[in-house]
Amino acid sequence: MAMILTDPFDALVHFQQALDQLRESDWLEAGPSGHGSFPPLNVFRKGDDVVIITEVPGINKSDLRIEAKGNTIRIAGTKSAGHQGKASVHRVERRGGNFDRAISLPIEINPDGIKAECRDGILALFIPRAEHDKPRAITIS
Amino acid sequence: MANQSLEVQQKKEVVAKGEKTVPARYYVPSTDIYETDDALLVVMEVPGVNRNNVEVNLENDDLKVVARIDFSSYDGMEPLYTEYNIGHFARTFSLSQMIDRNNIGAVLNDGVLTLTLEKVQQAQPRKIEIR
Repeated sequence: MAMILTDPFDALVHFQQALDQLRESDWLEAGPSGHGSFPPLNVFRKGDDVVIITEVPGINKSDLRIEAKGNTIRIAGTKSAGHQGKASVHRVERRGGNFDRAISLPIEINPDGIKAECRDGILALFIPRAEHDKPRAITIS
Repeated sequence: MANQSLEVQQKKEVVAKGEKTVPARYYVPSTDIYETDDALLVVMEVPGVNRNNVEVNLENDDLKVVARIDFSSYDGMEPLYTEYNIGHFARTFSLSQMIDRNNIGAVLNDGVLTLTLEKVQQAQPRKIEIR
């Protein structure tokens, strides 16, 4: 599905609809190690490569551990929430704890080329597709 | 707390009192509220929001927070598999009279917005000495 973004007011709506359509599609498999559903992931294709984006508000870079082996990616870490020191609590909606999630991508990836960025509570993993896995155009002779 | 394993919290969509005129969906940020001796702390999760895109408005007794995500970073990306949706965040809090309206601080760090609402002098607890 190609996205042609003409009207900036419509762009976000269309993107939200596109995200809803692929809710829990069976593209991604659960990995052999790791457990749990946190952090929630969105997976995108950008050109030949794959981008995994996840929301990790309140988690510092240093509290995240990312590993890659074969086509499996593991995201683990600790999220702390709550107030340090003396305070009475009026409302608690944020949750803290440990997480460890592994996912297997249905494509061959180049684990050495993965780049991770963490900014404003969003972790993005840029995962290059393995060179030998890229589709090749076939010339008709 | 730290040893319990984390589960995903589903995002809650804003049910607007005044209907929005733009069609995009807004979400309610997960919020903690703490009270210390001299301030009220409102801690909100707004992943994907840059510090320039946070609006905090105080009108009458309503503290209105709108935090907008920068979704231009999604340009050229085609979703393959999704577990959550993205959108701007909005939430309104009613303040009591004990808040000093001229003294509201905001800090954004790793997608967490912390508002510090100082209490007015009279509302702060005082220790009474017995002579």
